[in-house]
Amino acid sequence: MDLSLSTRTVGDRTIVDVGGEIDVYTAPKLREQLVELVNDGSYHLVVDMEGVDFLDSTGLGVLVGGLKRVRAHEGSLRLVCNQERILKIFRITGLTKVFPIHTSVEEAVAATD
Amino acid sequence: MATVELRFSALPEHVRTARLVAAAVARRAGVDESILDEVRLAVGEACSRAVGLHRGSGVDQPVRVVLVEDEKKFSIEVGDAVPEGAVSAGAPGEEAGEESEMGLAVISGLVDDLEVSSGEEGGTIRMTWPVTPASLLP
Repeated sequence: MDLSLSTRTVGDRTIVDVGGEIDVYTAPKLREQLVELVNDGSYHLVVDMEGVDFLDSTGLGVLVGGLKRVRAHEGSLRLVCNQERILKIFRITGLTKVFPIHTSVEEAVAATD
Repeated sequence: MATVELRFSALPEHVRTARLVAAAVARRAGVDESILDEVRLAVGEACSRAVGLHRGSGVDQPVRVVLVEDEKKFSIEVGDAVPEGAVSAGAPGEEAGEESEMGLAVISGLVDDLEVSSGEEGGTIRMTWPVTPASLLP
């Protein structure tokens, strides 16, 4: 399965719905999407990972890169994820401390701190 | 002892194929379903790292994956053909080096039985998991 990406806006947040596999082959597409959003002035991003079947360290690197970009504009990057196999990768790399991880898009959109 | 060997050109699009093959062979070998996700992720990380090393140092040999099924264990060996020290510092990008380190960090977090070696012929990552003997299966 390839990577699917779509974006929508809820208030001042931009939701990025990601589906499929984020790996060394597909991660550049996600990177381009995040860079494009930031260049277009979207600094508050919510990346919905509920449709993601696979995530590796290349994908983590892209998310960290996205976080770095939005922070340069005092923005935010929140993740939505309930899948244990994906959450595990954030845990073993210590990135659960770096990304706010929410259980739903609604919760991520409502979050302010 | 049974083996499956896979060689693929160092292209990112083939890493997924390696993951699928490794997971299929691991399942057949009796690796517990609950750790198949780890096997898939670890082999993907090792292959991505090898692909990055090959591309970063202009090596055009294929990446090698050897899957070995034993009575009590299942091993995956991912070999690159990049001699130790051949990845020049500051060459096509520091970022590649960082990603390779991150990949190794993930592998060591996932795999308890891990050996990483490198030499003049290239480097090898060997990962081993226990298998459930067929006789013990319900």
